[in-house]
Formats: sequence, structure tokens, C-alpha cells
Amino acid sequence: MFRWIAVGAGVLILAVLAAVALFLLQQAWPALTAGSDELAAAVPRFPEGTSFLGFVGPLVFGTLLAAALALGLATPVAMGIALFISHYAPRRLAQVLGYLVDLLAAVPSVIYGLWGISVLGPAALPLWEWLNRYLGWFPLFAGDVSSASRAMATVAVVLAVMILPIITAVSREVFLQTPKLHEEAALALGATRWEVVRTAVLPFGRSGVISAAMLGLGRALGETMAVLMILSPGFLYSFKILAGAQQQTIAAYIAADFPEASGLAVNMLIATGLVLFVITLAVNMLARGIVARRKDFSGAN
Amino acid sequence: MAQRIDVKDLNIYYGDFLAVQDVTMTIEPKSVTAFIGPSGCGKSTFLRTLNRMHEVIDGAHVEGTVALEGVDLYGADVDPVAVRRTVGMVFQRPNPFPTMSIKENVLAGVRLNNRRMSRSDADDLVESSLRGANLWNEVKDRLDRPGSGLSGGQQQRLCIARAIAVKPQVLLMDEPCSALDPISTIAIEDLIGELKQSYTIVIVTHNMQQAARVSDRTAFFNIAGTGKPGRLIEMDDTSTIFSSPAEKATEDYVSGRFG
Repeated sequence: MFRWIAVGAGVLILAVLAAVALFLLQQAWPALTAGSDELAAAVPRFPEGTSFLGFVGPLVFGTLLAAALALGLATPVAMGIALFISHYAPRRLAQVLGYLVDLLAAVPSVIYGLWGISVLGPAALPLWEWLNRYLGWFPLFAGDVSSASRAMATVAVVLAVMILPIITAVSREVFLQTPKLHEEAALALGATRWEVVRTAVLPFGRSGVISAAMLGLGRALGETMAVLMILSPGFLYSFKILAGAQQQTIAAYIAADFPEASGLAVNMLIATGLVLFVITLAVNMLARGIVARRKDFSGAN
Repeated sequence: MAQRIDVKDLNIYYGDFLAVQDVTMTIEPKSVTAFIGPSGCGKSTFLRTLNRMHEVIDGAHVEGTVALEGVDLYGADVDPVAVRRTVGMVFQRPNPFPTMSIKENVLAGVRLNNRRMSRSDADDLVESSLRGANLWNEVKDRLDRPGSGLSGGQQQRLCIARAIAVKPQVLLMDEPCSALDPISTIAIEDLIGELKQSYTIVIVTHNMQQAARVSDRTAFFNIAGTGKPGRLIEMDDTSTIFSSPAEKATEDYVSGRFG
């Protein structure tokens, strides 16, 4: 009996995944095979004379840029919080802090969007202007600062806050599982608290932190609402994260254009969704590859 | 390379709980001192106070003095981290760092001390430490393989190599053979015999034959009952403890009539 339930559950997962992939492929097919003239006629904002890939390219770029920036901001902070909770803070403070971080995960993304526009955006504007003025030679900070702060930088910060809880929670659990044996080994060699973390805790938790980051990346890649509300969209391959009308992410693009799309335009949007699906799949496989590469040296054996 | 330890009127507490009471003893340099006694009598706790490892547990503290060559380890200006660099420790279960290679394991302690060393110096240290731990011939061809791939006995010798690589004065061993098979145990015991040429060695063991085989001096700890503090009952030359101890309790214990 148990065996059939277990097998059934396993098969169900595969079936759902296959069904999603099939749906995406089937619905995307017309758009993938259509000529650029047809697409240009059906889809608003489709530039003349480009192919499907030429159109999706900037969206993929925008999606990856947003997710990478968010991950870059969130991972160090999340690891810091996780380490503080697991190895530095007094027990009661650690519990309260852990609870607060978990609460962040319960905030709906619409709220994050509102907060990003009305609070974070204006508050961060002076910082963006400062970065632009003094570090404007750096490609990321070049261009004209979006006066309403509706730029990729603001989006990245909001996304980072959104993925912070999941990365923190998973990292904290992994750090807490560091075998006492290994921590004592480091201590007995004359390690300070930070050195214990460096020699015993971090290496042990490495693959766990990577998985945590990938979970966060998955959420950042697919996040729609907050991006849609904050970002002033553009369709360029642009690294200018402080300027408006530069990039757009796939998820926000679909959400923005879907209500008014019909016919081939719908297929077009679904095809973009298929691209997002492939990206997340690739990211996950990459993460697994990283984790598996140094298996011999993992803490598991 | 070897220093003497003087313990005077030492009480060990976990919070308000008195775990070990009133220990006074001298541990001679370049000798092996064994602690024996029933489970829970505080011998491991006491061992851990010799390099302040017991402080890892919240609320643990001591009264009295533990002096290494006359310097109190619990003095106000003494850093526990520095103490642990001078007084190394080997644990009950082998615990090489699983993410490090054999070589990196040996160098782990040295790297912590932030000493920059050239590649050839590092290689020399790895070889001398592994030779010192009788492991060199077995692992010299796979120094870059993970330490966790070795057998239990080899892992324990790797841990010993790691401990002596930082050139401590004293080496504490907390039941180093209890997780090992008899062959590996003999290898470790032989090694202890060699290491005492250069280090002060303190070993906790549940195996009385082992204490009799490897140690020069033996200290017997006992506990009056659950919740009562452990005490040092007597300490003497190992041959005396096992043939004609002064205390009845010691005789009962070593002859197997107790515990």
C-alpha cells in the first residue's frame, strides 16, 4: 500500500512537470514558428525585422540581471544573519531574530511592490544619485538616474529582501547541523570563533548554502508583481541599473501584456514563459552540478 | 616542547552544578598520565579544563588554578584560544575536517595561526607531522585525497598529526581508541609511547589494560553517587595503582569488583 502511494506521488510530480512543459511547448509553437512579419503585426512593441530570439534576448538579459543582482545582495546578508543566529547570538535573541526573518517570507509580493515604490524608492534615490555621480564610470552606475527611482537597482533591493528569508532559513538549518565534533576539532587547534566558522561551519554548509541561494534565485527569477510595480520597463541589453526604461523581466513582461494580448500575441507570451521555464531548469541543474562536484569532500560521509 | 602542569584546588562547575571537586595534581612533562574511573566521574570534564575546552558549554567555569610551567591558564589576561594552541587535544571519535584533504587537515592548525609559510616549509611540516603520527607511509601517495576517506584508525592518527603540527606543549587525548578496532588501538598506543619523548601526554581511557600499558602515572577518579561531584581519589605511579593502591576504592575498580 505504502509502496503504491510513494510510487504514485513520485509519478505525479513527473506527470505535472511533463504536463507543464508540454503545455508550454504546444502553446508556444505558433509563435516559435511564425515569421518576424507576422509577429510584428500581432505583438505590440515588437521591433521590425527581428526574430523571436532577438525579441526575447533582452528580456532574458533583464531577468538574469535582476535575479543576479538580488542574489548578490541577499546571499552575503543572509549568510551573515544565519551565522549570527546559529553561532553568535544568545539563544533567546536568536529565536526572536529567526522568527522575524521567517515573517518576512509571509509578506505578499504586492506589499513589497508598494513598499518599493513609496518607501524604498524615494529613500534610496540619494544613494543612487551619489553612486551615479561618483562611480558613474562603472557601467552599472552609468546613465541618467531614474527620477522616481523606478530602476533596476531598486528592484534588485526589493527582490533581495524578498529572497532573504528563504536563504537565511535554509542556511541557518545547515549551519546548525555542523557536527559538534568538527567545531571542537577547530577549537582544539586554537581557533577563534570566526575561525571555527571558517574552518568547520562554512565548508560543511557550503552545498547547503548553494541550494539555499538557488531556491532564492528561483524566486527572484519568477517574481512578477514587485518588478511590475516598480520597474519602468525597457527592452535593451543595458547594464545601467540606475536609469529608467532600460530592462524588463520575463515574468513582469508577461503579466503586463497578457490582459491585452490575443491570437498570436498570446502564443508569443507563452513562448517567453517557456524560455523562463528553461532558464529556471538550467539554474537548478547547474546548482546540482556545483553541489555534486566536490562530493568526496562534503560533510556527508 | 613539553611542559609540566600543576593543578591546585580545582572545582569545576556547569552553572551552579559542581561537576568535579577539589582536584590537586601534578602532571609531569615528557610522560604519559592516564585518567581512569567510571563513566560520569568527571575525568573527561577535568581533561577539558586543562585546555579550557569545557568553556564551550554555556555556564561552565572553574575555581582554583591550572598552571602550565607556572603560568595560570585561567589568569585574567590569558586568551583561551592561545591556551588551546599550547595544549592540543585529540577526541574520542576521529574528526578530520571532511572538506579538507589529508594535507590541508595537517596544516589546518598552522593556517589558523595565520603563519605564512612557503610551499616547501608546508610540505616539510606535513611530512614530519605525518611521520610523527606514524601515518606518512600509508598516505604519502594520496595527500590530496579527503581525510574522511581513511580508515578510523588512520583518521585518528591524522588527527594526532594535525594536533602535533602546531607544536603544542601538551597533548590531551580523550579516549582516543574507544572508537577503534584492536589493531588500530595498538598502533595508537605505540604512537603514544613515541610521542612522550617530546610531549606531555594526558589520556583518558575506559580501558584499564590500556592505562597500564601506555601510562607512567595513573589518576583514579570516582563519584559518590548521581548528582554528587566527581573527585580525584588517588594518583600514583601506574605500577603502584595497579598492584598496591592506597585506597580501597581504587583497588576495587582496577580489579574489576566495581564499575
